[in-house]
Amino acid sequence: MNRRTLGTLAAGVLFGVGLVVSGMTDPRNVIGFLDFTGHWNPRLTAVMAGAVGVYATLLALLARTSGGRGARLLPPRNNRIDKPLIVGSALFGIGWGLSGYCPGPAIASLGFGARSAFVFVAAMIVGIIAAGLVPQRRSGCESVDIR
Amino acid sequence: MLTGLLGGALIGLAAAVYLIATGRVAGVSGILAGALGERAARGERIAFLAGLIGAGAIAAVIAKPATATPYATPVLIAAGLLVGFGTRIGGGCTSGHGVCGVSRLSKASLIATVTFMLTGAATVTIATRVFGVGVAP
Repeated sequence: MNRRTLGTLAAGVLFGVGLVVSGMTDPRNVIGFLDFTGHWNPRLTAVMAGAVGVYATLLALLARTSGGRGARLLPPRNNRIDKPLIVGSALFGIGWGLSGYCPGPAIASLGFGARSAFVFVAAMIVGIIAAGLVPQRRSGCESVDIR
Repeated sequence: MLTGLLGGALIGLAAAVYLIATGRVAGVSGILAGALGERAARGERIAFLAGLIGAGAIAAVIAKPATATPYATPVLIAAGLLVGFGTRIGGGCTSGHGVCGVSRLSKASLIATVTFMLTGAATVTIATRVFGVGVAP
């Protein structure tokens, strides 16, 4: 196993532990957050604050301490606001609300052996393949390889 | 709330480790799509997903985490289709747009995040008020 693969494996484990510790693998916490007009559960705001705070700080440190390498590590900002961005995000939100799962927690929940997660992830893979047939889709932020 | 903040910090750290290792943004929907599609760098994406599932498996042994969803199977299938399709059309999910994009103050990611939170909230409101799906704590 090379260093890149070892790095992504470690990132996956850390990410999964973070999701479990934060309670985001429990769909009720997510649905409770989205239930603005009912019993609002503010937990997700703390999770977002922790994640954005640490990631933004580390990005700033990387950009400053590693010189040219830091600049290379900062992917370009795709700031184009277009119809696929809005329509795709709107559809994603509906599915998120109808399950309490977004991709990360759903995949981590496969490790619990949760039946609902298997059903959800199987359908999600079909949705991903279907989206591949739509030419107007946005290039994903993950797939922007800056090297 | 404190565990939320701590777990969130671990997610932020994980996203930074992913960025340092690959030079790419740690968006889970994109990583899954890449693992299914692209030949290049497929192995490292599969390793990330394996780590994610492995962390869940370890948690299941130690802590028996809660997994209950109040929705029935047909609804979960529709939800999964919408999440897979929507995140690929919109170019990201809670991690890619919500955590990584917002951290970089990407205007597009901020708008995407507000959009999926609003439609998610509207969906939950309709599901609970109109259809009476039981999600009360």
